[in-house]
Amino acid sequence: MTLQAKETLVGVFILSGLAALVWLTLFVGNWAALTGGAGYRVTAKFENIGGLTVKSPVTLAGVTIGRVSSISSDREDYSAIVTLSIDQNYNNLPADSTAAILTAGLLGAQYIGVVPGAEVDYLKEGDSIYITQSALVLEQLIGELLFSRAGAQ
Amino acid sequence: MVRGLGRAGIAAIHHTGRGGMFLVSLVGGMGMMVRRPRLLVQQIYAVGVMTLPIILVAGLFVGMMLGLQGFNTLVGFGAESSLGMAVGLFLTRELGPVLTALLFAGRAGSALTAEIGLMRATQQLDAMEMMAVDPLPRVVVPRFLAGVIVMPLLAALFSVVGLFGGYLVGAVLLGVDGGTFWSSMHEGVDVVHDVLAGVFKSLVFGFVVTWVAVFEGYSAIPTTDGVSRATTRAVVTGSLAVLGLDYVLTAIMFSEV
Repeated sequence: MTLQAKETLVGVFILSGLAALVWLTLFVGNWAALTGGAGYRVTAKFENIGGLTVKSPVTLAGVTIGRVSSISSDREDYSAIVTLSIDQNYNNLPADSTAAILTAGLLGAQYIGVVPGAEVDYLKEGDSIYITQSALVLEQLIGELLFSRAGAQ
Repeated sequence: MVRGLGRAGIAAIHHTGRGGMFLVSLVGGMGMMVRRPRLLVQQIYAVGVMTLPIILVAGLFVGMMLGLQGFNTLVGFGAESSLGMAVGLFLTRELGPVLTALLFAGRAGSALTAEIGLMRATQQLDAMEMMAVDPLPRVVVPRFLAGVIVMPLLAALFSVVGLFGGYLVGAVLLGVDGGTFWSSMHEGVDVVHDVLAGVFKSLVFGFVVTWVAVFEGYSAIPTTDGVSRATTRAVVTGSLAVLGLDYVLTAIMFSEV
């Protein structure tokens, strides 16, 4: 094989390798989640976040509009503070919108569902969502059910 | 017996130390590559392009196997919609870099050792030295650099072909929805933690495997027997080093989640 042909093959090989790398990072990997810094941040307090984790999706009417960027605990009232990073395209959420922790399927991953309110002002960087609904913890529900059964008898 | 053990231990340490010194002199010889890029291209051809067919075939089969195994396991939990994520994570995090490195050690590493070892045995390296050509930057450095450059590319191609293999079995044959397959992968695979961590792994593996291969070849005893033993040792040491390092790197990179 001539040197020229070898060099061409090497070029094809390197280019296809690089293309594979780019495809893996851009398409297979979740590039959007990485560059989530473009959005704005709001916080929400929950009594119990259940199995919510960082990077869990934030949805509006089922459409993913952002992700959970951090989770911490409040030192004073022992509640959980969840910071949501919401895409800049969805900066028209009313200030009195509510957030609930929902579960995808019966035992699926948990995510935050935002329900828009009616206020004229919009949520902006650093705001808080005041009305929240905690996660449903299956064990607690079963416990309550059992106790109410026992009480009725 | 004790004396034999001690001698073997000291010999192993001595061998490792020489390997380290050899690496230092390799890095010292890198300047040559700027002036003679053609040597590097030739070695990328020998090390990379020639390894490509096995990598692609193996990647396809491994991906198909993952699709089948993953489906059979996940269907028990009614979670076959996560098949894309499982296949994607397996390939980008582990199987892509590790299996590529093992195949690479077997296909390219052994060839490098045998080639350099035979050059030593047939006194080609001595002849070069006689002509005042330092064989290290002329012969060894291009092969080493080519190995390091080629490994991440091969691993990426392995993963991509594997993903299509998984898609083929999971979505086309077993009936997982194609859109769900790709979207669950997109959802579950992270760029930094999974894809780039895998690329970093393959870079380290490429470095170690080629280093071991060229060193074993260069320091082979210049006899038929010596070269054959050096080749075996290159593949065995390289493969074991890859598996050991894989555990260490995984423990470091994926521990904080």
